[in-house]
Amino acid sequence: MTGVLRDTFETGLPLRDAACETLLTLAETDGRIVFLDADCVSSSGLKRFFAKYPERAVQCGISEANMIGIAAGLSAVGYVPFCHSFGTFASRRVVDQVFQSAAYADLNIRIIGSDPGVTAAFNGGTHMPFEDVGSFRSIPGITIIEPTDSVMYAALLKTLAEVHGVYYLRVARKFSKKLYKDGTAFDIGKGIQLTSGNDCTVITSGGLLVSAALEAAEMLKGEGIALRVVDMFTWKPVDAALVARCAEETGAIVVAENHNVIGGLGSAVAEAAAAGRPVPMEFVGAEDRFGQVGTESFLAGEYGMTAEGIVAAVKRAMARRA
Amino acid sequence: MAENHAALRVFAEEIRLETLREIMHFGAGHVGGSMSVVELLAVLYGAELRHDPERPDWADRDRFILSKGHAGPALYAALALRGFFPMDMLKTLNQNGTTLPSHCDRLKTPGIDMTAGSLGQGLSVGIGMAMGARMAGKDFRTYVCLGDGECNEGQVWEAALFAPHNRLNNLTAFVDYNHQQLDGLTDEVLDLGDLEGKFRAFGWHTLSVDGHDIPALIAAVEEAKGYKDGPTMIVLNTIKGNGCLAAEAVMPNHHVAFTEENRAVNIAHAEARLEAAKKAAEGGAK
Repeated sequence: MTGVLRDTFETGLPLRDAACETLLTLAETDGRIVFLDADCVSSSGLKRFFAKYPERAVQCGISEANMIGIAAGLSAVGYVPFCHSFGTFASRRVVDQVFQSAAYADLNIRIIGSDPGVTAAFNGGTHMPFEDVGSFRSIPGITIIEPTDSVMYAALLKTLAEVHGVYYLRVARKFSKKLYKDGTAFDIGKGIQLTSGNDCTVITSGGLLVSAALEAAEMLKGEGIALRVVDMFTWKPVDAALVARCAEETGAIVVAENHNVIGGLGSAVAEAAAAGRPVPMEFVGAEDRFGQVGTESFLAGEYGMTAEGIVAAVKRAMARRA
Repeated sequence: MAENHAALRVFAEEIRLETLREIMHFGAGHVGGSMSVVELLAVLYGAELRHDPERPDWADRDRFILSKGHAGPALYAALALRGFFPMDMLKTLNQNGTTLPSHCDRLKTPGIDMTAGSLGQGLSVGIGMAMGARMAGKDFRTYVCLGDGECNEGQVWEAALFAPHNRLNNLTAFVDYNHQQLDGLTDEVLDLGDLEGKFRAFGWHTLSVDGHDIPALIAAVEEAKGYKDGPTMIVLNTIKGNGCLAAEAVMPNHHVAFTEENRAVNIAHAEARLEAAKKAAEGGAK
């Protein structure tokens, strides 16, 4: 493992609490920061922000489209809005508003969609975003991020207060394992190589699957296979140079994502690989299926988003390599 | 005051004439919905909006969002007449590479405060601007003009619920109630019924005026400025295509193509309206 990872993954703040701490700190010195929610403040973890900065906290009610428009308007007069709802509603319900009122108009908003994919657990298929990135990815210029842990999320939120554009973050709000060392620098658009294997690359993101990929690397080590694990936390723009380098150096790529295998990280990496250095690829994710209720671990197994699922895909990819 | 009204009538007829020339130069366009907002634009850009054509990005200007972005040609004519850009630019409407696209684009055109086209979004954005003004302690106002057909969109009613709840008294909205949408009469496509009553029920201070009556428009906008308990919705009773013979002669007239034959007669009609307005203004001044 490279130096950015902790030696042991300790439990820290869930991502939503890390977000609240960070935004409270940022808001102290940056009067431009505003937070909007669509009746999910209790879930977002931002209750303290709403209590401390009521004049800069906007409760929109269950009106996601209106929320995005308001955020766009606020940004047009100089504010830096963060908006939140569950990932399904923060994406599916607002594609046109994000397109026109924000991206096409070159305004400046950040959208946080909670509970990507199987992390929606008992909220079930209606609330399980396997399609959020697919819904947004073809909007020109939008940046799409899945933070891995609270260390990365807090660092990215600080960056996001300073940049201009439309940003969508799919955030496993309850994930509390810390993988990265405190103080690690994260560059939007740059993937992070976590292990140094040369037999196959696993490109993935999010705490659930980065953990699974590292576990898969350990499992494969026993079989003499050195797996390269890449945390591609920026889904768009995907780090095409890193994809090409991994393709060149390992000759096979597996993409593991907590999303439909259509339209998400796998598609982005495949596009980059095809344009750079085409190699055999395998995809771990929801195989064009809807979500359902269940525990996160049951669902991860159901959709193959596990270390075992990644190991099997690695072997398929390596077998296809000439 | 009457002199000002007469001058605004002249400005309105100038906007009407230049809008027709602009659309005719291209050949066809959204004539109906452009003609119905001409007087509103004259009142806003001739009297009510705090703005400076030399500084289109002035932070303390009043904002105007034409949420029914397809009436862009009328707004472009008003902006050009006010000096935001040269009149000659109006000839570039919808030409390849133009800065005057069919629907308003804040990135392309000086003086356009918000991009619009896909309907139903402008009121929410206007709310954001109005909230931003209040947060910053600034006194600029935000104005939004919706189409009546646009009120079919659900987002309009999300925004309609939000603005009074948040007592946004620095927000004034209009609906151009010209009773037509793309496929025909609003009553037949999807009946809006008592539109003013609907917004009143959502908590807005509401007014209903003849949208072609300049003194009535000024009185309504002034009343909205003075109303402190929340936002004001002014329903404009208008005629789609008003003052354009070719548009008035057909129904629906959402999109009108001009022929070689009818161009001259339509321009002559608009010029005659302008001359009459000028005479009235001169008469009033004597």
